[in-house]
Amino acid sequence: MTEYLFILIGTILTNNFVLVKFLGLCPFISVSTRFETAMGMGLATTFVLTLSAVLSYLTDEYLLVPLQLEFLRTMTFILVIAVVVQFTEMVVHKTSPILYQALGIFLPLIATNCIVLGVALLNVQEQHNFMESAIYGFGAAVGFWLVLVLFAAVRERVALADVPLVFKGAPITLITAGIMSMAFMGFAGLIKV
Amino acid sequence: MLLTIGMLGILSLIFGLLLGYTSVRFKVEGNPIIEQINSHLPQMQCGKCSYIGCHPYAEAIANNEVAINQCLPGGESTMLALARFLDREPIPLEAPEEVVPTKLLAIIDETACIGCTKCIQACPVDAILGAPKWMHTVIAQECTGCELCVIVCPVDCIKMAPVPATLSRWKWPHPSQI
Repeated sequence: MTEYLFILIGTILTNNFVLVKFLGLCPFISVSTRFETAMGMGLATTFVLTLSAVLSYLTDEYLLVPLQLEFLRTMTFILVIAVVVQFTEMVVHKTSPILYQALGIFLPLIATNCIVLGVALLNVQEQHNFMESAIYGFGAAVGFWLVLVLFAAVRERVALADVPLVFKGAPITLITAGIMSMAFMGFAGLIKV
Repeated sequence: MLLTIGMLGILSLIFGLLLGYTSVRFKVEGNPIIEQINSHLPQMQCGKCSYIGCHPYAEAIANNEVAINQCLPGGESTMLALARFLDREPIPLEAPEEVVPTKLLAIIDETACIGCTKCIQACPVDAILGAPKWMHTVIAQECTGCELCVIVCPVDCIKMAPVPATLSRWKWPHPSQI
């Protein structure tokens, strides 16, 4: 149980995928302009990431390793992720139009989110078992969600602030992201993994 | 080699069948007009139309909630395509207006001035020279172009004129205009 908790805290805070591992920066910058869209994107990512982490673990464990085709990992994982995203979009569209309204536009974006592939590959690299893979994926997504929502809230404040003219727009966004990243470095001593 | 091709092929086949089955099983009956409007939009999802993406904008057009000229990336060609498809009147694009502040200078039409001194009292920088019943004039170096004197003039003899840049007055452009 303790190691699951360590994985969860590790992925959410100490080794946050966005601010420490620098994966998934494009949705981090582009979807964080408004708080509501950040919440929607975070929710959709959490769902897809957990599912795809589990599925790519199963593909690796029961298909690639027995057939000794480990070199096909990247390609197979991309296939699995694309299918998961597409499948989720279709099912959500049919079963819950309200959820689709909230997440619809973000679901295709997740297919190209590099955290999704990063988690699948890191699961293999760190030799996680089934449960660890699922929690690793879930924690990575929650970490992404947390950072995205925090960053969106900061950006809504910055949009109203009196920023010097040369820093307006993208520059102040990147500076804010850098300062947030430094703040998250402060979690580095929280646990020893 | 064969194993690789076979494995990827079979995996793709399974996934393809799964997605194909899903798309039939979970088919959504939508408004076909929305999809057709959506196909005319550039799919940049930029949000310039104030909707979160192209599809929501297409829905709004289909529901007659919004004009067809809100798509800036699509430009005039998209607007014309939508007008032709929906049989509506083409409307010119709504381009955001560029406001370039220019330095203005008040000029008194001295033949029309009745010498009422109202503009002298209104001027915050004492740039207007004159006396009651005598013609007034503007000291060009002092005028800030604030336009406060224009509205108070009873005979409407004050005009604002843009000042051409000279060697002594030219400045680097403001960063927001670069």
